[in-house]
Amino acid sequence: MSRVAIMLCAALVLLAAAASPAQAQSAKPVSEDVVHEIAAQLRCVVCQNLSVADSPSEMASQMRAIIRERLAGGESPAEVQRYFVDRYGEWILLSPPRRGFNLLVWFLPLAAVAVGLLIVGALVWRWTHRGRGVRTPPAAVDPAMSERIRRELESGS
Amino acid sequence: MKRLWRWLIPLAAVPVLALLAYGFRVSPRDIPSPLVGRPAPAFALATLEGEPLSLAGHRGKVVVLNFWASWCYPACYEEAPVLERNWRGYRDRGVVVVGVDIQDKREAAVKFVGDFGLTFPIAQDLKGTVSVDFGVYGVPETFFLDRAGRIRVKHVGAVTDDVFRATVDRLLAEASSP
Repeated sequence: MSRVAIMLCAALVLLAAAASPAQAQSAKPVSEDVVHEIAAQLRCVVCQNLSVADSPSEMASQMRAIIRERLAGGESPAEVQRYFVDRYGEWILLSPPRRGFNLLVWFLPLAAVAVGLLIVGALVWRWTHRGRGVRTPPAAVDPAMSERIRRELESGS
Repeated sequence: MKRLWRWLIPLAAVPVLALLAYGFRVSPRDIPSPLVGRPAPAFALATLEGEPLSLAGHRGKVVVLNFWASWCYPACYEEAPVLERNWRGYRDRGVVVVGVDIQDKREAAVKFVGDFGLTFPIAQDLKGTVSVDFGVYGVPETFFLDRAGRIRVKHVGAVTDDVFRATVDRLLAEASSP
């Protein structure tokens, strides 16, 4: 009987601890998907060509832990990203934000492709339509010359 | 007209090549830190001896905050004697050198400190939070803080006597005339 009571008490204490608001606040459940999503947009600062999500370096794993911690502390993904940008500048974002001068990076390649397509299209059109309908009539041959050609052909056979 | 086109096409490659030449020659570590001019992020760590170490404890001093690691060879090995020498030279003039050891093993850090006989306060940033707070890319990186606690200069790479003295002298001079 007393053992059952002790176990019940223990279970209650555990439940209370798990449900206490302080606990719930300090360990807000963090989805690993969200951590990964934020990390995938950040450049690993020690390896440069990998994202924080992909890098096996210690720095990247520490940064993932910081992301997790900040999310658990109640920050939104956008706020976590702003925290890193505040420290490292926009350089840390793998894709530059689409505004201001950065728009050039986004639209210049598209513009270049469009101009290239226009040039190729124009060239192809010119090649396929060259001379059609404006074929010049064969130049008139000097009657004396044609007479001579005819004579030589006949004499040759 | 035809002649112009013949020149225009190779000319179009020039800006692209210039951009590539510029891009490949710039080190990403030289990108200016957005933190320069802003108040230094506060931190509270423990020194290797277990004493509390925080920036708040050194308010009013010019702080030379050095991020290093024992595996950072040769730059950290070059600058360790420079930091120690200048710490001894400037400590009575309102200057403090603070070392933050990052991504390191405790034993390796203790050995490094012993090998170079470093006497300025050094703490380990085990979770990397202080490094990221300061936007550290790698080691060594050194932040020079003025007496108001603002980050004034970020130096990437080994600190030399010249850099240390010039920067600290400048911050000391301006601090005395508010």
